Amino acid sequence: MRKTSSLERLRRLGAAGIDVVGSLGRSTIFLLRAVFGRGGLGNGFNLLVKQLFFVGVLSLPIIVVAGLFIGMVLALQGYNILVDYGSEQAVGQMVALTLLRELGPVVTGLLFAGRAGSALTAEIGNMKSTEQLSSLEMIGVDPLKYIIAPRLWAGFISMPLLAAIFSVVGIWGGAMVAVDWLGVYDGSFWANMQNSVEFGEDVLNGMIKSVVFAFVVTWIAVFQGYDCDPTSEGISRATTRTVVYASLAVLGLDFILTALMFGDF
Amino acid sequence: MSSESENAVELRGVTFKRGSRAIFENVDIQIPRGKVTAIMGPSGCGKTTLLRLIGAQLMPSSGGVWVNGMNLPELSRSELFDMRKQMGVLFQSGALFTDLDVFENVAFPLRVHTKLPEEMIRDIVLMKLQAVGLRGAIELMPDELSGGMKRRVALARAIALDPQILMYDEPFVGQDPIAMGVLVRMIRLLNDALGITSIVVSHDLAETASIADFIYVVGDAKVLGFGTPEELMNSEDPQIHQFMKGTPDGPVPFHFPAPDYRTDLLGQG
Repeated sequence: MRKTSSLERLRRLGAAGIDVVGSLGRSTIFLLRAVFGRGGLGNGFNLLVKQLFFVGVLSLPIIVVAGLFIGMVLALQGYNILVDYGSEQAVGQMVALTLLRELGPVVTGLLFAGRAGSALTAEIGNMKSTEQLSSLEMIGVDPLKYIIAPRLWAGFISMPLLAAIFSVVGIWGGAMVAVDWLGVYDGSFWANMQNSVEFGEDVLNGMIKSVVFAFVVTWIAVFQGYDCDPTSEGISRATTRTVVYASLAVLGLDFILTALMFGDF
Repeated sequence: MSSESENAVELRGVTFKRGSRAIFENVDIQIPRGKVTAIMGPSGCGKTTLLRLIGAQLMPSSGGVWVNGMNLPELSRSELFDMRKQMGVLFQSGALFTDLDVFENVAFPLRVHTKLPEEMIRDIVLMKLQAVGLRGAIELMPDELSGGMKRRVALARAIALDPQILMYDEPFVGQDPIAMGVLVRMIRLLNDALGITSIVVSHDLAETASIADFIYVVGDAKVLGFGTPEELMNSEDPQIHQFMKGTPDGPVPFHFPAPDYRTDLLGQG
């Protein structure tokens, strides 16, 4: 096997750095053109509604089921720990705060990247490989306005709503386990939750997180589809990149946002 | 070049590179208005790239691409999209929108760019589909069509707005003999009846030569020859002669550049 010289390694590192910077630049221009570019389409609202269905409504089953189970598991685990200290009445408070502040936005972001994000990348990549995007351009229609913008807005709008639904279903699942199965007094369960959850501190901060995750995940998904190599392998790699990049972005941003919102700096 | 000049499209000193490899090097091409001009050449010589340069989907490294009096590299993004309304392109794969049926595919440019009433859109779509022999396939989805049928639907869509310039990328590939004959006649008929400018990229020498007014032969990153089909058929230029007669021996190599065959086989590289 040929040995790689240190100069060659340095060259590769530089080339990789240039690729990353180039990709960031392309994706920023892409986003600005899609969201703020001139010239809309008359039937833009219809396109948005259609994408809200595909991106948002069709993601509901996985969000509801995941929210339900995560709420149930939280209640079960929380009860087992709190009961040792005689504080099982606080399980409602624990489930609600965990879901609203953290798990609602984060798990929805991860699930959204896996279900809707990968589908968006594959769909747009397939349109590119079958020359549908080129065809739109030559008909005089900007694919950034016709294909990308409705999908971006659908992601921006639907993911925060899905995160809210996730948290509500999770709390309901937690109540089912704690109150109906484990016998926690329902008055304490709901009263503790009401007393400890604050709208600005918990609900609003959770919503801000989900809006940020929606923006990043959808941006990554549509850009990876639009920028992929128009081959089967290229689409496959782009879909994988969407899930990996979006998941890491959600987890990384979650820490930063949590530090900003709840850290005492 | 004014929009009324005798050339609908002009490439002036165009150089186009992919990485360090030049696909075109200082190429000049004039596409006469109202004529059928064919672009021919060996596989991989950049014929489709040339169509994409004319459609401004690719921008030249240097030189100008003039279409109807406008230099495309100087236009803004929105001006380019406006300009493309004057063009129609038949892509090699058809490039139909997979979520729309045949009717909606052909109606798409009309819905986006006009405010015609639904009845008129329906009439126009039916006429265009009748012209390509697929009026009966109006309710089919693209995945229910053969490759040849997809391209005919795509042709109906490309002519929906009656463009001034119509570009065909390998229109004859995968067509049965009947459809091929109809398509050959249709390209000529559309050109003459609508007074449009047609640019045909094709490998099919006999069919293309039968309808083209002029042929450009491209290869080696340059224009190898230009003229009427008869002139090129009788050309003494060895490259043109080899291409037009389809002979394996000549200055245009059949093999992609490779190391010595014997050395390769014996593994002495």
